[in-house]
Amino acid sequence: MQFWIIQGLNSLSLGGLLFLLSSGFSLIFGLMRLANLTHGAFFMLGTYLAATALRSFDGLNIWTTAIGAGFVVAALGGLFERLVLTRLKANPLGQVLVTLGMSFIISDACLMIWGGDSIPVPTPQNLQTPTRLFGFVFPTYRLVLVGLAVLVAVSLYFLIECTRLGAMIRAGVDDRQMARAVGIPVSRLFTIVFCLGTGIAGAAGVLGGPILSAYPGLDADMLPLALIVVILGGIGSLLGAFVGSFVIGFIYTFGTALFPELAYIILFLPMIVVIAFRPQGLFGRVGA
Amino acid sequence: MSISRRQFVGVAGAGIASMAAPNLVFADNSEPIRVGLLAAKTGPLASGGIDMDLALTMFLKERDNRLAGRKVELIVADTAGVPATARTKAQELVEKNNVHCIIGPLAAFEALAIADYLTEKEMPTLGVAAAEDMTQRHPSPWFVRLTSTSAQCAYPLAEYSVKELKYKKIVTIADDFAYGHEMCAGFQRVFEDNGGKIIQKIFTPLATPDYGSYVAQVKSADAIFLGTAGSNGFRFLRQFIEYGLKDKMAVIGGMTALDESVLRNMGDEALGILTTSWYSAELDNPLNKAFAPAFRKQFKYDPGYYAGSTYVSGEVLEAALKTIKGNVEDKKALMAAIRGSNADTIRGVIKFDEFGNAIGNVYIRKVTKSDGRLVNSVIQTYPDVSQFWTYDKTAFLKNPVYSRDYPPAKNLEP
Repeated sequence: MQFWIIQGLNSLSLGGLLFLLSSGFSLIFGLMRLANLTHGAFFMLGTYLAATALRSFDGLNIWTTAIGAGFVVAALGGLFERLVLTRLKANPLGQVLVTLGMSFIISDACLMIWGGDSIPVPTPQNLQTPTRLFGFVFPTYRLVLVGLAVLVAVSLYFLIECTRLGAMIRAGVDDRQMARAVGIPVSRLFTIVFCLGTGIAGAAGVLGGPILSAYPGLDADMLPLALIVVILGGIGSLLGAFVGSFVIGFIYTFGTALFPELAYIILFLPMIVVIAFRPQGLFGRVGA
Repeated sequence: MSISRRQFVGVAGAGIASMAAPNLVFADNSEPIRVGLLAAKTGPLASGGIDMDLALTMFLKERDNRLAGRKVELIVADTAGVPATARTKAQELVEKNNVHCIIGPLAAFEALAIADYLTEKEMPTLGVAAAEDMTQRHPSPWFVRLTSTSAQCAYPLAEYSVKELKYKKIVTIADDFAYGHEMCAGFQRVFEDNGGKIIQKIFTPLATPDYGSYVAQVKSADAIFLGTAGSNGFRFLRQFIEYGLKDKMAVIGGMTALDESVLRNMGDEALGILTTSWYSAELDNPLNKAFAPAFRKQFKYDPGYYAGSTYVSGEVLEAALKTIKGNVEDKKALMAAIRGSNADTIRGVIKFDEFGNAIGNVYIRKVTKSDGRLVNSVIQTYPDVSQFWTYDKTAFLKNPVYSRDYPPAKNLEP
């Protein structure tokens, strides 16, 4: 019984982390039709920034660091979008390749700046004592992460459904040409969404730090997960990213617990099944 | 003037003959000795590869870049931890740079990718990678390994766990690739032969961002054995502690689980953990007492497994070169000198068995605090440990190579 409860909680916390990682990716993919392969690298950059900031400055707490890192990574993302991606508007394949190249640049830069060692990100002091529930122990921080994911999901929902910016984004996702025709500044929207997406990734990197630690290769480990979530949940749909994250969280956690030799198969099989039978994903609005 | 056919054939024949004749081997003492280093300086194994480079460069600099009276040129090639790149770089070193010997590579999968090539080219190689079969069932006369096989250091710890620590039940966790399989298999074999029981074997994918679901699977036992490489052990340990398991079980580890390079980023949670290795920065022999503080002074951290490995390679190479008086062009003599060497190094005296694997001391270490930093203090030394431990060599080799399922784990709890 205890096994099921603990693994269930693990699934929720992993799902929460995945949502924070892939919500940005889904937004960017949905609006800009761009598979942003730099996403994992931006996430990792956030983790490294947190590692340095939290270990160097005693008074800093992880929440302000997350917001700060989010802004820094968003700025970097915005620059990248304006200076590089817009020039390749007519060449979607080129855009994808350039994001791949950028991810290598960022990961090598991180290696140069922070070295090859794994750097731990300290868990916030007041969340360090494990929670005791029904006779077993579970890390408190992970539970908080689930709460955070829900908070971010709700905020993004309000942004997309109830603001003018959100309406413009939805219009852009549904029909880019028509949106341009009615005067929506699609190009500026792209930059805003790219900044938003990468900023969330950077903040997610900070929040995931206490669980994952900053290490070279973190970007390559996280990017496939973001891809799987978005493909499963559907491109351009926030609900899809939310549901997809928790579904993958559950499949991965229970899969590795029950069939450890098949860890990667368990992860990718649902994605393959979904692509075969429902290419737009569970809640997708855009044909993949 | 006209050249007669006979003259032409004569001259042409001589020209071809001189080109085809092998280069006459005169020990040309003005030519430097070229040593190639294959290290993974980028990618996930980067921290090990960088240490390998730093230690070897420091070794040569201490000797003014001269060994056995000849100048030495070090050519460093970055394999990025990718077997295909390792192969390309090895080829470059052999064919473009004309190295006389190669040190490295770091990872077993890199070593396996270049083993055949190096044997074919008859390139003396001082390897670091731990794959068991490279010095057991598929040895090469041109390869020696001066660190240890995957399981070699696990044997003494397994015996120590039963006899001194009195552990009866242990869970093992390792990365899901050959190195992890072999180390856990070796540990399991000696632990169970001495009366202990391995009740669970967990293998995690090499790239596991989140260890939460694995930590939750760990059954209760006397201790958990970490057969992980790189930073995975430390990341697992963090989750292990966060789930409250460190209060319930002891933690012991293999030679790469809590290496000095990982220890420097850890805190007090690591204190008291026992690991086993062929080296520790705290070793109390005259050579290490000179090396470790010098390394720490220059690079601000303690040398660990990887830095130690190339420094020891340098020491062995130097001993061999002194024996053949620097005549590195005679490859067979160099190889024979390396294999026959009995070099005194920072890890103690090492010699090589007939398969090219090192026989030397293995140290049980405990994490303690010294001068405000975490170190691996040596608490017990097992002398002259060979890759076969106390088992009969022929019987050992008749068994299949260690793997996930060999030796079969008979005491697993459901």
